[in-house]
Amino acid sequence: MTASLSTVSYIGATILFILCLGGLSNQETSRRGNLYGMIGMAIAVVATIFGVQVTPAGLPYIIGAMAVGAAIGLYAARVVQMTQMPELVALMHSLVGLAAMLVGYANFIDPAVSVGLTPAENTIHEVEMYLGVLIGAVTFSGSVIAFGKLSAKITGKPVLLPGRHLLNLAGLLVVIYFGYAFIHAHSVAEAMTPMIVMTVVALLFGVHMVMAIGGADMPVVVSMLNSYSGWAAAATGFMLNNDLLIVTGALVGSSGAILSYIMCSAMNRNFISVIAGGFGTDSGAAAKPGGVQPAGEVNPILAAETAELLRDAKNVIIVPGYGMAVAQAQHTVNEITQALRKKGINVRFGIHPVAGRMPGHMNVLLAEAKVPYDIVFEMDELNDDFPNTDVAIVIGANDIVNPAAQDDPTSPIAGMPVLEVWKAKHSIVMKRSMASGYAGVDNPLFYKDNNRMLFGDAKKMLDEVLGALNS
Amino acid sequence: MSLLIGVPKETFPGEKRVATVPGVVEKLIKLGFRVAIESSAGEAANFTDDAYRTAGASVVPTAAELWAQSDIVFKVRPPSPEEVGLLREGGMLVDFIWPAQNPALMQQLAAKKATVLAIDSLPRQLSRAQKMDALTSMAGVSGYRAVIEAANAFGRFFNGQITAAGKIPPAKVFIAGAGVAGLAAIGTAANLGAIVRANDTRAEVADQVVSLGGEFVKVDYEEEGSGGGGYAKVMSEGFQNAQREMYAKQARESDIIITTALIPGKPAPKLITADMVKSMKPGSVIVDMAAEQGGNCELTEPGTAVVKHGVTIVGYTDLASRLATQSSTLYSNNLLRLTEELCKTKDGVVDVNMEDDAIRGLTVIKDGTITWPPPPPKLPAAAAAVAKPTAVVPKAKAKGHGEASGPMSGTKTAVIFGVGALLFLLVGRFAPASFLGHFTVFILACFVGYMVVWNVKPALHTPLMSVTNAVSSIIAIGALVQIAPDLSKISVDLTRPQEWIRWLSVAAIALATINMFGGFAVTQRMLQMFRK
Repeated sequence: MTASLSTVSYIGATILFILCLGGLSNQETSRRGNLYGMIGMAIAVVATIFGVQVTPAGLPYIIGAMAVGAAIGLYAARVVQMTQMPELVALMHSLVGLAAMLVGYANFIDPAVSVGLTPAENTIHEVEMYLGVLIGAVTFSGSVIAFGKLSAKITGKPVLLPGRHLLNLAGLLVVIYFGYAFIHAHSVAEAMTPMIVMTVVALLFGVHMVMAIGGADMPVVVSMLNSYSGWAAAATGFMLNNDLLIVTGALVGSSGAILSYIMCSAMNRNFISVIAGGFGTDSGAAAKPGGVQPAGEVNPILAAETAELLRDAKNVIIVPGYGMAVAQAQHTVNEITQALRKKGINVRFGIHPVAGRMPGHMNVLLAEAKVPYDIVFEMDELNDDFPNTDVAIVIGANDIVNPAAQDDPTSPIAGMPVLEVWKAKHSIVMKRSMASGYAGVDNPLFYKDNNRMLFGDAKKMLDEVLGALNS
Repeated sequence: MSLLIGVPKETFPGEKRVATVPGVVEKLIKLGFRVAIESSAGEAANFTDDAYRTAGASVVPTAAELWAQSDIVFKVRPPSPEEVGLLREGGMLVDFIWPAQNPALMQQLAAKKATVLAIDSLPRQLSRAQKMDALTSMAGVSGYRAVIEAANAFGRFFNGQITAAGKIPPAKVFIAGAGVAGLAAIGTAANLGAIVRANDTRAEVADQVVSLGGEFVKVDYEEEGSGGGGYAKVMSEGFQNAQREMYAKQARESDIIITTALIPGKPAPKLITADMVKSMKPGSVIVDMAAEQGGNCELTEPGTAVVKHGVTIVGYTDLASRLATQSSTLYSNNLLRLTEELCKTKDGVVDVNMEDDAIRGLTVIKDGTITWPPPPPKLPAAAAAVAKPTAVVPKAKAKGHGEASGPMSGTKTAVIFGVGALLFLLVGRFAPASFLGHFTVFILACFVGYMVVWNVKPALHTPLMSVTNAVSSIIAIGALVQIAPDLSKISVDLTRPQEWIRWLSVAAIALATINMFGGFAVTQRMLQMFRK
């Protein structure tokens, strides 16, 4: 394969990647989009392996490595539970980060790459290399911590070291200083120390950054790491003068950045404050003392009465949250939905952008349970319909339905867009206890006259509701 | 000691309703009260004494005994002078009183040192009060019944049909006043298949009329008619002329007219003149729901149905009572909600809390002191005060896709462009040509990514992440090109740490491949699940 032919293949792969992302703009075209992505990847890999840059001597190694990777990847994709998607995605980000680091090191110790470069080109190349490894390392360690947090192997609480902003600043200064030393080093051996120090600092920075972020902000972190893995690929592309890597990395990087932005605006917070960390707390934290206690009484309801209300309703909106994922209740939710729809009741789902632990988490769970996607709506699409809704059911969600976000300017979540379930004729909140949500804010919704609380494990309660509906 | 709630039989002629139904008796007992009922009080509404007994009430043979025992009396109609005589000194009475129309009754009750809650004086604008709003529930029943009465007197179907015996046109119903009763009438008539038109001086009810299947008829004149507390007010003369013309037109076209126009404290407005009645088709029906306040039609005779100029004019004043089972159930639920408000401790003792806006409005006599009319509700002022901080909270509407939150401020844009220009200048000044090519590609790719990703549905964000993840395994290319490059073209003699590079690359390829296959496979799995 000639150099031109592989370049053309790369252009083809690039186009296919763009079509792949474009295909995801709706459900009908999404499968084809994924197919485009696979074809693009296949073309890129084959064109590289049989291109001018790889001699046949490397083939056995390549095939061996790819066989192992493919086997592990396919196995993981098969066994993963849909509720575990956030963990899997975080873990995969860490792999990209680690791969970027390794490629950076391989490039670094290879003297052949700098042959024939002008001094300016050489400096740029070194900066690219240094940045590539830096971003790769932060992505790697950050994703590993995010994985730990999402799979509850590490506490979901923000871990805040004293003077953490100063620590980060110090880390940055160290990285810049050693970057300077790295560029002015004359040999690989001489540059090795700065490189290793920087890698260690970058790894620690990744750990520190994600540790400081609480559970509720995980959607932002996951999408941010998604973005980083893209930038790591782009930096590698610069390092290797490979346009395909640059384009693909930039696509992924901007995709992750947009997702982070959407998540942040869905919480009415800016990106810096999320990354600075310390906001979201662990579940079940008590309401902050001194906060205004909402007036009124909490009215409990039984599963049988819930079924009664649902049966008499014409319009029902279900608002799922992370609690539904934890209780694995999505299948029961679907059965209830089917039962109600058979009775001619209009059932819809309202999804808040940050419900769950990663962007779109709820949609995937509902899709897994075979809930038709055309009754699953975004917050903006149905928020105005609550006044015409007879029953709104909130399953394991709290902050995203908190009226304080609109009514109470002093609330920590003031200004966050929320689903206005309290405007429905009845709202039913399914919850294990009266504990407050991740933001640690008490929820006045629970005290409203038209609200009822259905206490208990979401799955168990929904099973009872379903039983009562069918009886 | 828990209090005894007594429910006497209504004494007003023809009144069939009862203030408490057996289902509510149970709930009152759960609140800690004891309940006594006069024998056969619920008979006209189809509730037997046995049903009350089963529910836990004691049945008392005579009214005198009942009034004497009861700490609290629940009634429907305002008490007659005899009933006031039976009321215990210092007792408590809950029912319709109409204090403005019945000053003498108020004096008698005050003389008894009674505490009186007039369900008609409820501050209806309080959202909390809606569950106790008996006026609304009774008006709803009356509106329904008005249509049934009209259908009864009307000689044709309501709905249009095409049958083998010929085509039947649908009935045309016009409803004057779209309050609770009017809206109930609109819904009922529309459900029967009639063509329903309605008018109200308050323009804001137009949407409600349409939502129930009616058509809103405007008066060709600009004036807003909302008075206080959700009632209409008296309109100007110009408006009234325009309105009269509209009614005349509707009278000529309609088969059935149902009028519900009331202005609080004033006689009902005369909307339908004798001439308009004459212009109606023979066999048409008018149901005048305002008959008790004099009627909206000049020819109405309150209490009966008459036929004048070939038009049946129904002037019943007891429409709610004619649907006694339903209206009794609703009314007693309203009283139950009120009792819950009075007895928050659930121990069978009431607390008439005059600080509570709803209770304050209801209480027209407190321990013999007339407390009617209540001070003007603080509500609108309070609402304004509440509204202000709400306005402070920025209505952070999540942005739609690709839609910016309006153009950025000029300075901000200028700063961003300035910084951008400076960066480009630096790059252009110092970077070698080979770098610029890649840089161009990079910047353009960022923009392409930006444009493409904004179109992705939020529902597909998780697949988006897993597919971008798979795509970012393109990093494998970086390892592939290093594993065994063609070194023959490089003339300089090099010592390349071949083994190190190879194994680093092999590890990187393996890691990236996990992602490549795993990412695409899991995305495929997810996308397969999305179905209609």
